[in-house]
Amino acid sequence: MTRETTANARLSVDGWVTVVALLIGAFYATLTAARTEDPVMSVHAYIFAGAFILGLFGIIKAYYDNSECLADQPAGAETTIRYNLDIVKAGVIASVFWGIAGFLAGDTIAFQLAYPDLNFDASFFNFGRLRPLHTSAVIFAFGGNVLIATSFYVVQRTCKARLPGTLAPWFVFWGYQLFIVIAATGYLMGATQGKEYAEPEWYADLWLTIVWVVYLFVFLGTLWKRQEPHIYVANWFYLAFIATIAMLHIINNLAVPVSWTSSKSYVLFAGVQDALTQWWYGHNAVGFFLTAGFLAIMYYFVPKRAGRPVYSYRLSIVHFWSLIFMYIWAGPHHLHYTALPDWAQTLGMTFSIMLWMPSWGGMINGLMTLSGAWDKLRTDPVLRMLVVSVAFYGMSTFEGPVMSIKAVNSLSHYTDWTVGHVHSGALGWVAYVSFGALYCLVPWLWNRTQLYSLKLVSYHFWISTFGILLYITSMWVSGILQGLMWRAYNDLGFLEYSFVETVEAMNPFYWIRAIGGAFFVVGSLIMAYNLWRTARGDLRVESRSLAPEAVPNPVAAA
Amino acid sequence: MDYSEVSHFSQTWGLVYLVVMFLGGVIYALWPKNKDKFDHAAHIPLEDD
Amino acid sequence: MIKHEIFEKNSIILLIGILIVVSIGGLIEIAPLFFLESTIEKVKGMRPYSPLELAGRNIYIREGCYNCHSQMIRSLKDEVERYGPYSLAAESMYDHPFQWGSKRTGPDLARVGSKYSDDWHREHLVNPRGIVPESVMPGYPFLLDTPLYYKDIKEHLEANRMVGVPYSDEMIETAMEDVRNQVDPDADTDGLLARYPKAQVRDFDGNPKVLSEMDALIAYLQMLGTLVDFSAYKAEGQNQR
Repeated sequence: MTRETTANARLSVDGWVTVVALLIGAFYATLTAARTEDPVMSVHAYIFAGAFILGLFGIIKAYYDNSECLADQPAGAETTIRYNLDIVKAGVIASVFWGIAGFLAGDTIAFQLAYPDLNFDASFFNFGRLRPLHTSAVIFAFGGNVLIATSFYVVQRTCKARLPGTLAPWFVFWGYQLFIVIAATGYLMGATQGKEYAEPEWYADLWLTIVWVVYLFVFLGTLWKRQEPHIYVANWFYLAFIATIAMLHIINNLAVPVSWTSSKSYVLFAGVQDALTQWWYGHNAVGFFLTAGFLAIMYYFVPKRAGRPVYSYRLSIVHFWSLIFMYIWAGPHHLHYTALPDWAQTLGMTFSIMLWMPSWGGMINGLMTLSGAWDKLRTDPVLRMLVVSVAFYGMSTFEGPVMSIKAVNSLSHYTDWTVGHVHSGALGWVAYVSFGALYCLVPWLWNRTQLYSLKLVSYHFWISTFGILLYITSMWVSGILQGLMWRAYNDLGFLEYSFVETVEAMNPFYWIRAIGGAFFVVGSLIMAYNLWRTARGDLRVESRSLAPEAVPNPVAAA
Repeated sequence: MDYSEVSHFSQTWGLVYLVVMFLGGVIYALWPKNKDKFDHAAHIPLEDD
Repeated sequence: MIKHEIFEKNSIILLIGILIVVSIGGLIEIAPLFFLESTIEKVKGMRPYSPLELAGRNIYIREGCYNCHSQMIRSLKDEVERYGPYSLAAESMYDHPFQWGSKRTGPDLARVGSKYSDDWHREHLVNPRGIVPESVMPGYPFLLDTPLYYKDIKEHLEANRMVGVPYSDEMIETAMEDVRNQVDPDADTDGLLARYPKAQVRDFDGNPKVLSEMDALIAYLQMLGTLVDFSAYKAEGQNQR
């Protein structure tokens, strides 16, 4: 990646488009900042304007530095494929940063529930504002960056083609970070649409839509340039994730702003229609963001790390189509016994139960990829993390269908059982498969023979696994306990417990959960340290060598 | 169109539609001619370049 | 490069296939809700929020109350006994967005209106554990000191009208004074009550000098679930839910 070899330092078409768009954007944002009376909009307009101007400076600097990121075909591309790996590196760094931020926010609100004085009754630090900050930080900031980074890596390698465009991939990356900053600062200032996991206000949604469409075209463009006749199945999952999230995002966020200079909007749908649209969105954010996208990671990184092809490619095709078909129907199980018509609830429940099959098909496919190589689990803690993530996937996709059964749901809904279920998937599956991918990617991207320390990976694994177990067991107990207390009757036929008695009963479990969360945070800090030392090129002398790097470095040849 | 008509339609044609979709997927996956293609595809991540 | 063209098409075919497959479920489940009688029926008593209630609702949303409080009483025996008659679809027909919630760290609020006094709400919002020692709710003392910003309330009503809430020209015209009059027991409120039947008129936060965010939030909480008269409305009969 030497700069001297770059021959053509000129702006490409997408470069010019970006420059013009940034200029217009900066102008419009400044205008809005000057006109608005809404303090939230004012702050956000300045952030937008500042970000656009920074982007312009970045492009000008890259232009005068003859930076390689402006060259569509880097030097040497005639003979070998020069992958765009800088963008993946940026995504890896952002993932680790946002991951820790999101986990910390989550553990903060967990402690607030155990010890409510920690809210300090200061508007911006209250649970109600920090909870969307946590969910968005872990799902969209951490998960989203992991998905963008890994998808850009996997699609290039499996297509043997460089990402198209010069600035387009960078626009996706920085545009997405800007969306995160706007969303997060908005929550703290109280800007929210009031729809779970779709809290960002209308202008943040519009911005994300632009970024997402460019993302789709960068991804598709790589597929179009590919040298491989077949599109590898991981890319199917990525494509389904990108396309479906676009559809869900646009429809669920349809809204009318109070004015062009107001941060507040009113969503298009109301009441029961809004409720089903929201949970159609909400459950498929789980299905396509947190499942399909991360299954793509599984289908690339587990075979790669294990050094053997996926157990059954045929099963992966059936897995793909049945999963995306069934997931989309499952949303109504969030609305059992509500004012949603009964037939919709039943339909949602039926498909949720059927979803168990493709989910386990995928799990079996992931786990059996290891058949004949189980010994690697003993020696390679990264592979162990990946495999345990698939096991957690299996567990939470079994628990989910059970909880979607109306009789079970009548007990579990509104309780911590749901919270525990979500976290067994989020921590055990999504975060672990992401950690596994990050542990694989950093040595590959920074051209290191192996990780700084495999022992630290092992520590990370055991500490955070202990944390997850504390988390989900405490939430099982508190959720089922609270559900039972709400419906308990005394001998005289009256409700046995007042609501606040059930709140009081939750306290010990809230402490256990918060402590479990702290273990998880500590684990992620160990990972960050390990990855940082790896990128620097350090190698820890370990008394007992755990394993030689399981996978030969694929980047060395590139 | 009232509720019972909708539910009758979904319990008959909806079911047929589902089964056809599913069989379509399975047949595509198991079609003998596709085997080589899939075997090749499965090895894509392992190729070093 | 004919071969290459086919591959290009393949990824588009894949994309189209994905979009078709994922559209079907949503269409079949969501579209009927806009036509079926049980989801679009009107129930006597339902009306759009008064401007003050709407402002209070926006504070409810802003502070993220929906993260811990549901507004949806399910059709289950214990819930009906604890919170009141189960929620009807029509009761949230003017809610953009809906606030049914998904978690009850605190109790359901669908019918909390008129169950507690204004003083109780004010004290409880300022210092929850002063009233309920076991509560885990954050305090909201700042609502008392923050004057309600309602200069743009007309635009709020207009935006609501654009998404389908039947605010009349008159309601939009009088929105500003309706906000002020609803917290002023001495004001002439005939017009307000004609436009918004059952609207509760009084100083909600105990401080007549300031029209605070607390006024708006309590006005909203006190009207929740009070519009439909359930002694007259028969929620029995065939329940297709």
